[in-house]
Amino acid sequence: MSKILFSSISKKFVMALAGIFLLTFLPVHLIINLLLLSDNPAQFNSAAHFMATFPLVKIMEIVLFATILVHITWGIMLQIQNWFARPVGYVSGSKTETSFFSKFMIWTGASIMIFLILHLFNFYFIKLGLVKGNPEDFYSVAHNLFKIPLYNYIYLTCFALLGFHLFHAFSSAFQTLGLNHRIWTPVVKVVALIYSIVIPISFAFISISLWLFR
Amino acid sequence: MKLTLKIWRQKNAKAKGTFVTYQMDNVSPEMAFLEMLDALNKKLVEQDIDPVAFDHDCREGICGSCGMYINGHPHGPVPAITTCHLSMRFFKDGDTVWIEPWRAKPFPVIKDLIVDRTAFDKIQVAGGYISINAGAAPDANANLIPKKNSDAAFDSAICIGCGACVAACKNASAMLFVSAKISQFALLPQGQIEAKDRVRAMVKAMDEAGFGNCSNTGACEAECPKEIKLQNIARLNREFYKAF
Repeated sequence: MSKILFSSISKKFVMALAGIFLLTFLPVHLIINLLLLSDNPAQFNSAAHFMATFPLVKIMEIVLFATILVHITWGIMLQIQNWFARPVGYVSGSKTETSFFSKFMIWTGASIMIFLILHLFNFYFIKLGLVKGNPEDFYSVAHNLFKIPLYNYIYLTCFALLGFHLFHAFSSAFQTLGLNHRIWTPVVKVVALIYSIVIPISFAFISISLWLFR
Repeated sequence: MKLTLKIWRQKNAKAKGTFVTYQMDNVSPEMAFLEMLDALNKKLVEQDIDPVAFDHDCREGICGSCGMYINGHPHGPVPAITTCHLSMRFFKDGDTVWIEPWRAKPFPVIKDLIVDRTAFDKIQVAGGYISINAGAAPDANANLIPKKNSDAAFDSAICIGCGACVAACKNASAMLFVSAKISQFALLPQGQIEAKDRVRAMVKAMDEAGFGNCSNTGACEAECPKEIKLQNIARLNREFYKAF
């Protein structure tokens, strides 16, 4: 039974489910972040307060952290197996025309992971009291961070890489779940393209607005 | 035309291999790729040099034995053909041609361009069959099968098990091969009885052989000489989930 649970397809299934859950989280985060564009700090701070205190959200926070951890662990596990499967590469390389971004999923994923750690330091650890800052005024914390050019460079680079990651991940998850259809798969690919452009650009828009126009 | 060949030479499975350069003059564009290698081997034998070992059998594109990695592509740069069908007219005078064996842990090099594809046989033995009484042939209309299904099953069954999918995949995954072997039965009524056992056993054999995991890159589909589609991998996934 454990061999079935940890078979290559099962691991991919777990990765896909975790990935789809994370895809649903991003728009929620974005909607809250859009409140940073408001001149009234109370709006963003009350939303942040709600996210930090509402019991159902607290449960979802645990699910979210568990999902991120599973997605990262399974991803690394699969990648290590993939490297072992080809110990000797080709001298002439690969000239096969394939989905470009799918070749770099582990690296785009690793970049997002580094950003997540930075993100935890900047915000979540303040909430936990591990880092100095006012947990009731994340509006000012965010505005101050986006005034630092280096933070914006890192932020924008990571969101570009997130877009590349999402573009392949979105449609790939459906294929892994066995959902491949003559009509619907091309539609999923279009939605994946739109999602992977709109979400990162929206986050980037907030960053650039606060950095250059506030 | 004149060609420079860079060919992987490896005495045996344990020996360390290396690329050896050979110059080929008077290569006719009408030649098949394997004929060009035959001509090279004739030259090498005349010089008392060990000829280049490569797999080949039917030379008609159906046996799947002539796999080699040519200039960054399994079976060479022309889509939907095997190496034996590759014509020298697709190369230009003065070209350098890199010829390598399939690279994957489950396909160890035996000699030069020949790899051991026993891992595929093990997957097939694990479940790539239906258990029937092999008596008199039953009536062709005893089991009615929708044309759409029989066509799709046939499209999967044309997989020749050459290993180009593994060779092309950046993860050396065998999912396209296994999915074709699963699909050819999953689409037919005769394949339903053992469906669950089949998919569990074949996926287990695939994993035990040490193939990588599919990351839906699509390289396998792009390089498959029989144009086996990624839809088969989705079907394999569905069959596997249904087997729980």
